[in-house]
Amino acid sequence: MNAMTRLATAVSLVSLMPLAALAGEVEVLHWWTSGGEKRAADTLQKLVEDKGHTWKDFAVAGGGGEAAMTVLKTRAVSGNPPAAAQIKGPDIQEWGALGLLANLDSVAEQNQWDTLLPKQVAEIMTYEGHYVAVPVNVHRVNWLWINPEVFAKAGATPPTTLDEFFAAADKLKAAGFIPLAHGGQPWQDGTVFEDLALSILGADAFRKAFVDLDEATLTGDQMVEVFAALNKLRGYVDADAAGRDWNIATGLVINGKAGMQLMGDWAKSEWTAAGKVAGKDYQCLAFPGTQGSFAFNIDSLAMFKLGDAENRKAQEDLARTVLEPEFQQFFNQNKGSIPVRLDQDMSSFDACAQKSMADFKEAAGNGGLQPSMAHGMAASSYVQGAVFDVVTNFFNDPQADPKRAAQQLAAAIQAVQ
Amino acid sequence: MSSIAVVTKASPLDALQRWLPKLVLAPSMLIVLVGFYGYILWTFLLSFTNSRFMPSYKWVGLQQYQRLLDNDRWWVASKNLMVFGGLFITISLVVGVLLAVLLDQRIRREGVIRTIFLYPMALSMIVTGTAWKWLLNPGLGLDKLLRDWGWEGFRFDWLVDPQYVVYCLVIAAVWQASGFVMALFLAGLRSVDQSIIRAAQVDGASLPNIYLRIVLPSLGPVFFSALMILAHIAIKSFDLVASMTAGGPGYSSDLPAMFMYAHTFTRGQMGLGAASAILMLGAVLAILVPYLYSELRAKRHD
Amino acid sequence: MTSLSAKSPFSLSRLAIYATLLTACAVYLIPLIVMLLTSFKTPEDVLTGNLLSWPELFTGIGWSKAWDSVGGFFWNSVKITIPAVTISTLLGALNGYVLAMWRFRGSQLFFGLLLFGCFLPFQVVLLPASFTLGQLGLANTTSGLVLIHVVYGLAFTTLFFRNYYVSIPDALVRAARLDGAGFFTIFGRIMLPMSVPIIMVCLIWQFTQIWNDFLFGVVFASGDTQPITVALNNLVNTSTGAKEYNVDMAAAMIAGLPTLVVYILAGKYFLRGLTAGAVKG
Repeated sequence: MNAMTRLATAVSLVSLMPLAALAGEVEVLHWWTSGGEKRAADTLQKLVEDKGHTWKDFAVAGGGGEAAMTVLKTRAVSGNPPAAAQIKGPDIQEWGALGLLANLDSVAEQNQWDTLLPKQVAEIMTYEGHYVAVPVNVHRVNWLWINPEVFAKAGATPPTTLDEFFAAADKLKAAGFIPLAHGGQPWQDGTVFEDLALSILGADAFRKAFVDLDEATLTGDQMVEVFAALNKLRGYVDADAAGRDWNIATGLVINGKAGMQLMGDWAKSEWTAAGKVAGKDYQCLAFPGTQGSFAFNIDSLAMFKLGDAENRKAQEDLARTVLEPEFQQFFNQNKGSIPVRLDQDMSSFDACAQKSMADFKEAAGNGGLQPSMAHGMAASSYVQGAVFDVVTNFFNDPQADPKRAAQQLAAAIQAVQ
Repeated sequence: MSSIAVVTKASPLDALQRWLPKLVLAPSMLIVLVGFYGYILWTFLLSFTNSRFMPSYKWVGLQQYQRLLDNDRWWVASKNLMVFGGLFITISLVVGVLLAVLLDQRIRREGVIRTIFLYPMALSMIVTGTAWKWLLNPGLGLDKLLRDWGWEGFRFDWLVDPQYVVYCLVIAAVWQASGFVMALFLAGLRSVDQSIIRAAQVDGASLPNIYLRIVLPSLGPVFFSALMILAHIAIKSFDLVASMTAGGPGYSSDLPAMFMYAHTFTRGQMGLGAASAILMLGAVLAILVPYLYSELRAKRHD
Repeated sequence: MTSLSAKSPFSLSRLAIYATLLTACAVYLIPLIVMLLTSFKTPEDVLTGNLLSWPELFTGIGWSKAWDSVGGFFWNSVKITIPAVTISTLLGALNGYVLAMWRFRGSQLFFGLLLFGCFLPFQVVLLPASFTLGQLGLANTTSGLVLIHVVYGLAFTTLFFRNYYVSIPDALVRAARLDGAGFFTIFGRIMLPMSVPIIMVCLIWQFTQIWNDFLFGVVFASGDTQPITVALNNLVNTSTGAKEYNVDMAAAMIAGLPTLVVYILAGKYFLRGLTAGAVKG
């Protein structure tokens, strides 16, 4: 037992003692409503209730949080936002700028968030230098999932470069498999586009394009190349992909109908649910050409300003609980992501998560951490939406012209700023 | 209630009696003025601002409208609404009238058949969308069913074809609403004066002719009610699109209501969303107001 | 009943009529049958069989799982729907009565303004309405949701009653007024007893609309005040985990059952009410 787990036990023991004197209510808006996510959210609820507070569950599913954002906005307009809401990336800054978010500096200081969290993560969680949100997990987006059995049957080898990727896809196609399992929804199209962009543009240009929104990069030759690759990749997707949910696509790879899928590590929960073992029944590779990079997607809970002192206390306890190792382990093992604490003991995680954590630490050290554009980490939701419109339209248009698409991309981003 | 009646002879209460209708209507008037027109005005104001995440009141003039007209997706959505609305209303009316006329022929078990035609209207659009999404699913739905039944080359993939996906919405919406139109017209047919029809029959007019020339033209008000309700459903079909296609593939099945919702609430482009809402309302006004006006005018005379 | 039927009951044209009607019945029924069949299948069976294949093993697991996740919200819907339907119908009846029998300067204009409300896309009013509810202290309560449904149901309920009442001769009301009957007496003693058919239409229409509402439910209710449609969406639209189509379909059936029952049991009153004048204008 190392020091960390001892501490964890101590913390959770303390947390078992109800602090009846300061029992508040904490209302949490989230969209963790299914399977493993729901179990994870229930755990958080239990941990908060163990501290003597009341948890008011406010789950709104649908469209990766779209419905939840609508509800949040109307609640903010009506003057009673929930205590905490699942908000991520640059959107936290937007809410901060509206002056609605609470200051969590005292909790952060007590629990040394500054040392626990990587700097890039801490930056996202702060508004004007003050903590306003607490990170829950880290997803890696640039994964390639492979069914080795299908690869063996088709005589294909796991790719490490983009050329090898297309070569493998050709072999899979020739052997009668669906090379790439995909679901035609804007965010999935966006995820594939992002992987290709990261592979072809490289880390620096990726940042320039999607964080700085630099027009020259957005319309440059390399971006045209990205669209051309996306066009090529569409040839390896089956005809029924439109509207398909990502987990159905993962199912195609699991039961051997398709060879690969481009998806974040939440796909792992599907493999786990099907009783498959990481590294044996399936492989997770960094998307070809993005090996040193880690495109991250971090779920976080932003805290809103509250009037009532007891509720504020409950809110702070919630923020504290989220970063406790016990919760971090349970939540992330259920969700397929990795803990956001750099000091977490990873021994009980699977092979993919361990690799993910190692890559995360390495990338955090050498600047390889990239915010995911497709998952709202790179730019605000209006830029993300504009990119989705162009990409998904391109992906569904057989006559699409890569050059024109790059121009449209820049124009669309320009238009929403 | 009745106590008022007893004492109506007293003169202050007489005045009250005169004011009562207005008093009774007053709450509703207030609701309509604030809840309908006040809110529309507010949206109108927002459409001239740079509101993003939350309402702000920084004036930017017509900029949002300019951006809206430059937006490809908006044009796709508008075109879709015209195709969807036009086809949905026309087909529902035709199917509804046809079924009503057929059902009017002294059919056995009419009550059962009527209920079968009518029940889809009881379901929410979300349920309809979920069910049809699955029925039209290429690979799992009707597509597979007909191939399983031996029709090897059968392929029905409109749901994933950007060119045809909007017709899938029409199919589901017609399924839901045409039975209701049937009920409206059947009710209308039952109230037609039988002596006129008998007279026509005596004159030797054929049955289809009697319906086309005499019966249906007398059902103008039914037509009006059906149109009102269908237009209402067409504009509200947000739920159907959301649950059936979510606007996809790409944004090929987007509708203005989806566009407005996405930009206002999920993309932090509230100003643009407000502008699209105002254009939508404008279009509805342009089409409906002349019609409503003529209808109300006509009614005042009888 | 019209007597337009062909003279011979076995003629070719009658056969064609029955064939068309039966085909139409099949088309209307298929989605319901598919949903029912699917709800009794096992998840594996759903993926291997086709739409109309008989379940290999009839199982109620889908239904019990569905009830576990949406059943609790069923009663919220009841709590919202009953008062909202009652109040909006009553208000609609009063409004319709005034607009048809007690016209005054501007009442026709008001009716026109109200009619336009039938076509108002509700997305437009979400933000200002939530601001108002916040000011009234009704945000996130079932009462708030009842209020919203009353307000935005008013256009249709008024339309129903007004159209019904204009077809009643003015003379009736005029005579009652000469006899000294007041505003409410006429309403209570004369109009209401005559209104049963239209009340049925209005109740059924409002019940369906409010029970099936999703948009207002998701925006103006939270957590344990959510109506069942929102719970259904939470179940069906979850982003992760294996899709259990049987549970989805069973939950959809549970959510749709009350309105279905109303339509099946009260469908004939609905039709009768429409016949009685709702559509006469």
